[in-house]
Amino acid sequence: MPDAAMPDAAMIDWAMLDVAVLLSIGRHPVSGRARRAATDAQALEMALALRPRRLTAIHAGPVADGEALRAYLGMGLERLTLLVLPEGGDPVEPLVAHLRRLAPSLILTGRQAEDGEGSGMLPYLIARGLDAAVVPDVVRIGPADAPDTKPGSANLVQALPRGQRRALIVTGPFVATIHPSAPPARPSAFGPARRGVIEPVAAQAAADLFLSDCEHRPWRPKPKLMRVKRGGSALDRLKAATESKSGKGQLLVNPTAEAGALAIYDSLVEQGILP
Amino acid sequence: MIATALTTVVLAVLAIGAALAVWQSRRWLAGRPAAVDVVAGLRALPGRYLVDVHHVVGRTPFNARFHALVAGGFLASLALLVAMGAGIAGWRIVWLLLAVVLAAMLAGALMVRHRRRVVRPRELSQGRFARLPLSLLGFSGCLLVVALDQAMGGVMPETLALVLVAIAGVALADLVWGVWKGPLKHAVHGALHLAFHPRPARFHDGAGRDTGLKPLPLAPQGDAGIGEPGALGVERPVDFAWNRLLGFDACVQCGRCETVCPAYAAGLPLNPKKLVQDLVVAMDGQASDAAYAGNPHPGRGIGKAHGGAALPLVGHDAMIHPDTLWSCTTCRACVQECPMMIEHVDAVVDLRRFQTLELGATPAKAAVMLEELRATDTPGGRALARRWDWAADLSLPRLPAGGSCDTLLWVGDGAFDLRVQRSLRALVQLLRRAGVDFAVLGDEELDCGDVARRLGDEAAFQSLAVRNVAALNARRFTRIVTADPHALHTLRNEYPAFGGRWTVVHHTALLLELVGSGALTVTKPVGRSVTFHDPCYLGRYNGEIEAPRALLDAIGVERREMLRSGLRSSCCGGGGGAPLTDVAGERRIPDVRMEHARETGAAMVAVACPNCVVMLEGVVGPRPEVAEIAELVLAATETAR
Repeated sequence: MPDAAMPDAAMIDWAMLDVAVLLSIGRHPVSGRARRAATDAQALEMALALRPRRLTAIHAGPVADGEALRAYLGMGLERLTLLVLPEGGDPVEPLVAHLRRLAPSLILTGRQAEDGEGSGMLPYLIARGLDAAVVPDVVRIGPADAPDTKPGSANLVQALPRGQRRALIVTGPFVATIHPSAPPARPSAFGPARRGVIEPVAAQAAADLFLSDCEHRPWRPKPKLMRVKRGGSALDRLKAATESKSGKGQLLVNPTAEAGALAIYDSLVEQGILP
Repeated sequence: MIATALTTVVLAVLAIGAALAVWQSRRWLAGRPAAVDVVAGLRALPGRYLVDVHHVVGRTPFNARFHALVAGGFLASLALLVAMGAGIAGWRIVWLLLAVVLAAMLAGALMVRHRRRVVRPRELSQGRFARLPLSLLGFSGCLLVVALDQAMGGVMPETLALVLVAIAGVALADLVWGVWKGPLKHAVHGALHLAFHPRPARFHDGAGRDTGLKPLPLAPQGDAGIGEPGALGVERPVDFAWNRLLGFDACVQCGRCETVCPAYAAGLPLNPKKLVQDLVVAMDGQASDAAYAGNPHPGRGIGKAHGGAALPLVGHDAMIHPDTLWSCTTCRACVQECPMMIEHVDAVVDLRRFQTLELGATPAKAAVMLEELRATDTPGGRALARRWDWAADLSLPRLPAGGSCDTLLWVGDGAFDLRVQRSLRALVQLLRRAGVDFAVLGDEELDCGDVARRLGDEAAFQSLAVRNVAALNARRFTRIVTADPHALHTLRNEYPAFGGRWTVVHHTALLLELVGSGALTVTKPVGRSVTFHDPCYLGRYNGEIEAPRALLDAIGVERREMLRSGLRSSCCGGGGGAPLTDVAGERRIPDVRMEHARETGAAMVAVACPNCVVMLEGVVGPRPEVAEIAELVLAATETAR
């Protein structure tokens, strides 16, 4: 069902590019101090590098930590929209409503917030609300240049695990999350950060009941599952510990549901997660 | 007749010179306003010239002599010639006097010619300066003949005398034309610069030394400052204060800065003389460096830089390439050597402030450091508690807010470095051995902000300074001791502007005091040949070059001096954020400095700064051993078991 708010849903007008960037407030992992979130800053960097006709930077959240947003303004943004939510409000609905009014052809954001729920679900929920596609872990975006592609589609490069890259062609407006290996964000400068304007916009938001139910604890690294191979020569063990398994996976193109499920099941058994 | 002709020519040419100087003043008066005590400055001018300038010029006695002869003879002859116009022309004694001063000037001019044509030091500029000996000889030689002739009653045919006067007039015109863009510019602008200097405290009539950077007001001044580009730091020549522009105009291109610059010696793209000349020509409307006739920034040609008074100074095609700006280690060697008292480092920091605060154009690794510094108050993005990891077994006493102790130990950011931790442990052991009542700040010690400030991030520096000052002012102690000259300089000279006034001593001074008072006894004299590398921030920035040497002598080393030592020491390459900006050159700066140490044949280089330890120890061997002074003192005062 085509969305009424996005009339040109089929194509991106590169000459009149309209980009929205969703920016969250990050936390430094050591000091816990509010800062610009790393991948959100990279998303803004990518948006600035595209030189769009219109660039809208949006943050949804309480006013309290708003000064930390100035780090984004320091990258060269003149203004930033702050959707003011009550403490503990869920940002998804107000963001969807705001983006529906803006109708940008491209929405960029980091892959995961550094604070709050940090589930990485927000881009998917936004895309569902806007009826747009999601492309996760993007490292490069540009207009499609191959002659046989539809005008107004985009060439994307997506980061896959173990340093692999995948080229994609995407047609129509979409939400892209930015991978940490995308081009680094430019430094934030004090002068423009001080001069930039944060425009508060009042927004209605339902309370995020899931988050308020959660217990908050300081972050610590997730324990990693290590598969220690025993036996064999020292060389074998070294190889097992250091060799990358890239390119040895199984690629299924349009598998049947049964074939896909079987492959996942086999993989889980192989990793020892299922008996 | 001859006298009238002479006086007329001299007065006319001097009038033209004055007009040129007034015309030139438009360029530097276009700068930002500056608070200057004009009357006090003008009154101090002769003293500053005779004491401070001569102190610098006198380091090369030959130059000092020819300068005294030429400048003294020239000024005296001009004064006499003008006075002749006032009616004393007929007196033979005046002509004789004129002949004497002209003879002195001629002797000086011959020395100038010898230096420029025979010795030919490679740091001297050519171009307009190449004609200088000819003009000096023409003026003094021709007039000397005329004056001698007149003193003897005028036996020369009048036509010949008039021809000689004409030649002297042409030479004088060439000299005075130099007020515009040539050699004599330095006379006018140098004198005014001495009077209106941006750091009057550096002269003998002030404190004698003034090296701390001045705070940049960050809060907008009224409503005017905000929104205007260039509000923080210097973007265009006109963004400098007028007396700083005047200072650049005083440059005589003698190249002393070039010969001492560590970046230039290592082939990094920075020549301080060219940097100042870039700033000088950029004051013109449509500027290019094509007329510059000295050595270029290494690896960068001449003629590619373009700019103007209202155009950005720094850029890939602008007057100053970013690599040039970020090559400086802020070691102040150029400032120390400059006979015109130009403040190169202030200019570099002003330019860096705009790059960092307004453009975010700090080079990559430095920008990463600054971002971590803002988020964690440590340059490496580590927790403040981890600064004390190296002392886990030493149970250092922490000084709580409201507490008091005799000596507060400021460990600095070297505490995060494995190598520096060794020398800090040595220092703590020495303090224990000597029974010093000391404590540390613990987690309230933040980075002092030295590197951030010199990278232009005044905002991060001031945030750190305000909090450090508050933490220190909440405690009572007699003195602060630190092993880091950068922290020493920041705490001693730059925190007073933020309300922090304490006695700050370097650990070499404290250890010397402890050895002198008998609290530490030398039991095992070192007995090896050691050369001492002066840290820039201890020597040139704070004038402390005696204590480390006395301490080394006290522990029984055979001390050897490098060719460049003391206040004229050469930088290790570790200051001013240079290791972070990491501009490539032909060599590394520490390699150049280690070469100086090798020349002494000493077995060991003693250092007194964490940056120097790290930089010099990074030089590949074979090379002299590198030891921090505290480590040497610890070994020398080992008590017998």
